Amino acid sequence: MLTILFDGIAYGMLLFILAVGLAVTMGLMNFINLAHGAFAMVGGYITVLLMQKMGVPFLVCLPLAFLGSALLGGVLERTLYRPLYHKPHLDQVLFSIGLTFMAVATADYFIGSSQQIIQLPEWLKGRTELGQGDWMLGMGHYRLFIIAVCAALTVALQYVLTKTRFGSRLRASVDDQRVAAGMGINVNVVFLGTFAVGSGLAGLGGALGAEVLGLDPSFPLKFMIYFLIVVAVGGTSSITGPLLAALLLGIADVAGKYYIPKLGGFIVYSLMIMILIWRPQGLFVRKGGK
Amino acid sequence: MTNSPTNSQNLLLQSGRWKLWEYPLWLLALASPFVLSSHALIINEIAIVALFALSLDLILGYTGIVSLGHAAFFGMGAYSAALFAKLVMPDPLLGLAVGMAAAGLLGALCSATILRGTDLTRLMVTLGVGLILMELANKLDWLTGGADGLQGVIMGPLLGQFEFDLSGRTAAWYSITVLLLVFVVARRFVNSPFGATLKAIRDNRLRAMAIGIPVTSRLAVVYTVAAALAGAAGALLAQTTGFASLDVFEFHRSADVMLILVVGGVGWLYGGVVGAIVFKLMQDAISSITPQYWTFWIGLFLVVLVLVGRERLIRPWTWMRRGSMGSKS
Repeated sequence: MLTILFDGIAYGMLLFILAVGLAVTMGLMNFINLAHGAFAMVGGYITVLLMQKMGVPFLVCLPLAFLGSALLGGVLERTLYRPLYHKPHLDQVLFSIGLTFMAVATADYFIGSSQQIIQLPEWLKGRTELGQGDWMLGMGHYRLFIIAVCAALTVALQYVLTKTRFGSRLRASVDDQRVAAGMGINVNVVFLGTFAVGSGLAGLGGALGAEVLGLDPSFPLKFMIYFLIVVAVGGTSSITGPLLAALLLGIADVAGKYYIPKLGGFIVYSLMIMILIWRPQGLFVRKGGK
Repeated sequence: MTNSPTNSQNLLLQSGRWKLWEYPLWLLALASPFVLSSHALIINEIAIVALFALSLDLILGYTGIVSLGHAAFFGMGAYSAALFAKLVMPDPLLGLAVGMAAAGLLGALCSATILRGTDLTRLMVTLGVGLILMELANKLDWLTGGADGLQGVIMGPLLGQFEFDLSGRTAAWYSITVLLLVFVVARRFVNSPFGATLKAIRDNRLRAMAIGIPVTSRLAVVYTVAAALAGAAGALLAQTTGFASLDVFEFHRSADVMLILVVGGVGWLYGGVVGAIVFKLMQDAISSITPQYWTFWIGLFLVVLVLVGRERLIRPWTWMRRGSMGSKS
């Protein structure tokens, strides 16, 4: 039972890293970006290809996955996303679905539709068990690693958001774009930077998650709903909301699939719908925000 | 701009009147299965997809609800019609009614979920409903056949006279007739005062509420109607192909129907029909060249469509007439 909790937390942390970029960009630009999973897939494929074709070590691949996705995100933000910020949501949805379809077909064409496998380094493969009987806690080393990395990233993000100048500019832009621009904040640059970092984090999440979630060209479509759940349930005004939502989702999903495998994703979706009927703005909303 | 009551009444009536070019158009459509009998199968598909897009238009184009889960109702109609034919009786018209009723019931239930919240919330909820139904159809394999689909659906002859044949001529004629009937009803529906209140809700919900439109009940009714019509489309598909599979609930289907509607034009009843024709022909052409990667071209098309601007790309003649009629959501 503790093992399930542990796996759920690892899964939730992973989902958080994957979705936090989406949460921030959605709160910032009010842009419904369904193509977020595509950036995660790019990160995953960068890692897989670098490791398989060039033998780059796993730990080196992770920052590269981050940089690659961030670069792609930055370029796309500047060229394609920016004109759409003030379009109706229908346009944004259509656009990002189109982008997702393109990403899926492109990955299929160049890399093939088979599931990619990551060769983890030896020291991440083992498993440690603590305790006895019902309370036994089995921790896969890789999952432990994921939790550690994601926790460090969360702390870093929180620090950047609350303590640095960029963070305060970002928060100001989220709260009120026009006033922020009037105060001399270059909102466009803040957007660009945030989008790039968000995409980079998704890429990193995709690289980390390739082993756990599985990586194939349908990745963006398969996990789109999960990212959106995190954002919709967690709200977009802070990063603690999405974090809690991601943990909740991760634990509910793992536990549901373990105890009642017959129902599959049913539990998660029903839970989401119930939460959204109860609190349409998300579980954790700050008063006074947009 | 001040209109006297009779003037604005005329305006409303005018837009609902049948124009001269529409009669030959529908006659042509009804004749097409017999003229182009070798293409009857694709004509049938186009009619079904057009009906599906029309149902989405009621909620997206006329009421402004962005839904990514409309396939839920399509699939509900398909499965209930197929199950009805398999377990109860094979009469197609009764099956169609059952499919519509089942989907409408589901729509009435789900309408509670779309009343509150932002676009994002609604997007998520509709998507979630679609996924839940797909899971259900997948897991209840004793009833639905699970991932293998529901096989062995045998339809009786239409009206006791016309057998469904392999060339699909009866099927195409059947689907087009249903489409025509639904179209007539939907037209009456959107041009009624009721339809006008829907457009008011789309354009500004707060003001609509302020002038005394019962927003909640209007939304619930239109969502139910749209769901029932989507169910009719699904039922037609299941009946004419004699098969229902998990594919009817796929996310692709919801996204495609949105694309179809947008290609044809949102908030215009012919939009779904035009979009369906363009989309199906395009799909046929592209997938015969690259069967596996045709989603890439669909994706590219979507991206270009949005970047250039929906209104401008599709209906160039409307820039002049109505300056900024862009649909608001």
